[in-house]
Amino acid sequence: MHESRDSPYPVEVNDLHFARDGRSIFEGINLRLAKGSITAVMGPSGTGKTTLLRLIGGQLQPKCGSIVVMGANIVGMRQKPLYTLREKMGMLFQQSALLSDYTVFENVAFPLRAHTRLPERLIRDLVLMKLQQVGLRGARDLMPAQLSGGMARRVALARAIALDPDIVMYDEPFAGLDPISMGVIVKLLRTLNDALNLTSIIVSHDVAETSSIADFTYLLSGGKIVAEGTPEQLRHETNELARQFMLGLEDGPVPFHYPAPPMNTDFFQ
Amino acid sequence: MTRSAAKSKAAKKAAQAGFVLDQQKNRLICEGDWTIDGVASLEKLLRRVHWPSTQRWVLDARGISRMDTVGAWLLYRIVMKIPGGESLLQQSELPSWQRSLLDLVIENASQGMKPPVEQKLNAFGRLGLSTVRMADEMLDMLRFIGETSFHLGILMLKPWRIRFRQIFRTIQMAGVNALLIVGLISFLMGVVIAYQGGMTLERFGANFLVVELVSLTMLREMSPLLAAIIVAGRTGSAYTAEIGTMQVTDEIDALRMLGITPIEMLVIPKVTALLIALPLLTVYADITGIFGGMVVARWQLDVGFYDFISRLPQAVSISPKSFWVGLIKAPVFAMIIAIIGCYRGFKVDGSSESVGRETTASVVASIFFVILIDAVFSILFTRIDW
Repeated sequence: MHESRDSPYPVEVNDLHFARDGRSIFEGINLRLAKGSITAVMGPSGTGKTTLLRLIGGQLQPKCGSIVVMGANIVGMRQKPLYTLREKMGMLFQQSALLSDYTVFENVAFPLRAHTRLPERLIRDLVLMKLQQVGLRGARDLMPAQLSGGMARRVALARAIALDPDIVMYDEPFAGLDPISMGVIVKLLRTLNDALNLTSIIVSHDVAETSSIADFTYLLSGGKIVAEGTPEQLRHETNELARQFMLGLEDGPVPFHYPAPPMNTDFFQ
Repeated sequence: MTRSAAKSKAAKKAAQAGFVLDQQKNRLICEGDWTIDGVASLEKLLRRVHWPSTQRWVLDARGISRMDTVGAWLLYRIVMKIPGGESLLQQSELPSWQRSLLDLVIENASQGMKPPVEQKLNAFGRLGLSTVRMADEMLDMLRFIGETSFHLGILMLKPWRIRFRQIFRTIQMAGVNALLIVGLISFLMGVVIAYQGGMTLERFGANFLVVELVSLTMLREMSPLLAAIIVAGRTGSAYTAEIGTMQVTDEIDALRMLGITPIEMLVIPKVTALLIALPLLTVYADITGIFGGMVVARWQLDVGFYDFISRLPQAVSISPKSFWVGLIKAPVFAMIIAIIGCYRGFKVDGSSESVGRETTASVVASIFFVILIDAVFSILFTRIDW
């Protein structure tokens, strides 16, 4: 695995097919995340963006295709190497998913305690450093319930980078935040990515925020990648769905109406 | 009638909407308040009308004082019943405020797509589906038990990874905090057994046999069962709810992504804690239950505390392993309760409703299995003559 660290693409997804409950979710997806970059995966709600992250994290198994993370194909990987690999991956969940019985400090210390045998003194310093990076060193003794949504997400971010991962995945990092918290998170993602030389993948449907920090964007819809490119390229994309999504048009390839019979048949008996 | 006049009239009381088919002049005359308040009578009218079959009708909607989408929709329906209704609607001269509403209705009425068809299964299909689901569930449960045993085994080899703090906390919650309720209930159970049986014994003058009655019943059957049922209700449900809620808030996924197996972090401490707590609770229930019997014996049956206790060894010697019969069951019950409680927690699918559903299922299933296994034990112990 050591040589593969130098691979220019820490994450490669090839011809990924995935179905759940008999419903096909991905039909042949190819993604490549360049080292040190921020890649955005955007798409309408319900296209399986979160599912994609779960697949990359090895929490779900695809029907076919390969997912190569840092040189190792995680499809069909055994539990032990998978858990070892996950120590190199951080993930920020949409709901922050902080452990509610633990303080902010303990939440960030949690992965350190679980995976390292560092002395308490060093753990303390490391945790406070991570909290400093997200601006919450002073909030170490609060419980998750006492945090605002934006703060909780920042703590979760500190936890996600606690083990200095190579890859960080963000699930809807901007959803449900006020403009100030949003600005803070946007800036944090970029700064952390550049400072720690991370490879980030952001799943989101906030076009403006995501485009402002992403180096490369994939647009996902109906189980396929419908467009890809830099945010600038995507803005000038001629693909109708890409246009609808980037500009937020109400009707288009993604219809306004959920399929329904004509009103005549519904109302005239 | 001008609109403003109509409005002031409608403000007093919504005029009922109505229409007349003038067969001589081939005119459809509509009038009144075609709004949600006024259209109630139209539905009845619609059913009574004899629809014409001739062409060339004229729509006269000048009498309509007000109209909303409901009214527009009904007007559309009415006109469409007349031959050539579509063109009649297009050609009629209507005020613009009516026209825009009607256009909206017409536009939406003819649009549509095939809705996604939901597959309906017949009785056989449903039976098959639920059989397959049940088999899946069993396999899943076996997998869970296997995984838990595997991790338990690992921890035996690497005892420094045991989470003592969590185990102690769980023992505190599952065991220590249950002392009051377990003690009270088994005390009452001792009272009931002694009282019910004692009345009969008294008639034969065999009062002192109450010692055998209470001690054997409590030691062999009642204490382990009572303790297990109370723990299933208190702790098993708490396990399910705790893990289920963590599932809803993504905490379980977060643990996995942090490289920690939820089994090691959540299930093992719970199972271990219950393996320690339930046998202790059982012994405690033995003591309080027998004490309950003693109290009844003392006041109802004239068997004093001293006599009761001094007879106890002799009483138990009828089947000397009674204490162990009860105690052996306790860890088995503990496993059942903890495993089912945790397993059900992981079955929560992300809605808060399913937390409640799985919690119920967990308590019901664990009590059922506790009693089932208890029956199996009864047969086993009889066979080996304990």
